[in-house]
Amino acid sequence: MIKSIIKYFSEIFRGVKSLLTGMKITGYYFTHPKEIITQQYPENRETLKMFDRFRGEVVLIHDENNEHKCTGCSACEIACPNGTIEIISDKAIDPETGKPKKVIDKFVYHLSMCTFCNLCIIACPTDAIKMAQTFEHSVFDRTKLTKVLNKPGSKIMAGIKE
Amino acid sequence: MNFNIYDFTDFVTSVSNWLNEILSPELAVITGMAIIGIIFLLFIALLGLSLVYIERKVCAFFQQRLGPMRVGFWGTAQTIADIIKLIFKEPLVTKNADKFLFNLAAFIVMIAPLLAIAAVPFAKGLHVLDFDIGIFYVTAVSSIGVTGILLAGWSSNNKYSLIGAMRSGAQIVSYELSVGLSLLTIIILTGSLQLSEIVNSQSDGWWIFKGNIPAVIAFIIFIIASTAESNRGPFDLAEAESEITAGFHTEYSGIKFAFFFLSEYVNLFIIAAIGTTVFFGGWMPLHLGNLTFFNNIMDFIPPLIWFFMKVAALLFLIMWFKWTFPRLRIDQMLTLEWKYLLPLNLMNLMLMSIVSLNGWHF
Repeated sequence: MIKSIIKYFSEIFRGVKSLLTGMKITGYYFTHPKEIITQQYPENRETLKMFDRFRGEVVLIHDENNEHKCTGCSACEIACPNGTIEIISDKAIDPETGKPKKVIDKFVYHLSMCTFCNLCIIACPTDAIKMAQTFEHSVFDRTKLTKVLNKPGSKIMAGIKE
Repeated sequence: MNFNIYDFTDFVTSVSNWLNEILSPELAVITGMAIIGIIFLLFIALLGLSLVYIERKVCAFFQQRLGPMRVGFWGTAQTIADIIKLIFKEPLVTKNADKFLFNLAAFIVMIAPLLAIAAVPFAKGLHVLDFDIGIFYVTAVSSIGVTGILLAGWSSNNKYSLIGAMRSGAQIVSYELSVGLSLLTIIILTGSLQLSEIVNSQSDGWWIFKGNIPAVIAFIIFIIASTAESNRGPFDLAEAESEITAGFHTEYSGIKFAFFFLSEYVNLFIIAAIGTTVFFGGWMPLHLGNLTFFNNIMDFIPPLIWFFMKVAALLFLIMWFKWTFPRLRIDQMLTLEWKYLLPLNLMNLMLMSIVSLNGWHF
């Protein structure tokens, strides 16, 4: 009898305590506007910075001399589960050895088919490609989503081998 | 006409005298009633608009969001845009609905808070209905709203509406008891049901401070039970999107839906106003013992501001509940009322009687 009465009241106090814990947390959020995570997107376009691991689209890294690291090995093309990447390669003469060498003519990337799974970036042996943080990909024409990633006139960096 | 911000008695009497001078007695009464009605309608419209906006903002800040930001400065015109949208929407009626009751329900739901708001003492002399059974009147008329809810559920000819209405009916009927008993706890101290008497009895201190521990318990029970009575979260079982869609107002659209929405917020205001009047001294300023200087500063703040500040604090507390606590199931909700709140309330009533008899309150 006494036990059940004690249980009844201790239940009430436990309940009230857990409710107050919840109120403390929401009260903290209410009094700390810094905790707000809402982004006012079109207004803060200039200052908006996506987080580091955000996967926007695949880009081929070019340095200031318009040189990239892609050897045209097709590892990314093989790794891609849905045929997003197409590498059209060409033969060129290596100026150092004088032997014919494989170079990329076009690194074609179909953004419309990409699932942003990151497998191509893992597969790349020379770290030539990376995920960019851009996300405004909407266009009026579907063909615009097929991109050639190597810039016109770009060539492979010296010393990069498969 | 002498206008005094601290005491409206002279102002109200002079207005009624002026009306009696220029009009015949019957016409003066009718005009007076019309003026008060228009003031209250405007007040309720303003209240609904601002409370919806405040609720959305408060909710957003509790959930680490910003809330409405686009329409007007910080989204202040959002509710106006919403109400314009609701006015232009088509008021749909389902084919097999009981059309008369369907239309009537929206008005009954609105009438209950309109009747109750008349008894709220806003400031000294600013009081439309000052019955000697004020508290009784408020609890009585505020339960008319449940008739509207039940009618809305029944006449919609929709199973979801009916289930929602029955849930809401069960909820209001059971929690009414706790609201009444917790108010009764304070009535023991005041010895009067008249709202202006209750306010006057708190001129030397609010009942929540003077009434010792039982008053605090009574206040906690009052705030829980009245939140449940107004069908708000965490007791918003009448609206459950996953089970019964929008509950009793599933079939309502346009301006009739707005009536249900508005009545919820006006009910919220009435709960806060009654809680303020009974527990927090209504429009009485805060007085601390013999600190004359402090008390004079507090007296300087007009009673209307005191009243609305206290109401705002209580409203904030109720919103805090809504956006923090998890919802209850229907059986849990009835367990809470019948197994916890009601026995505690009766014990508290007894405790308060003992405190009152022995004069242990201040």
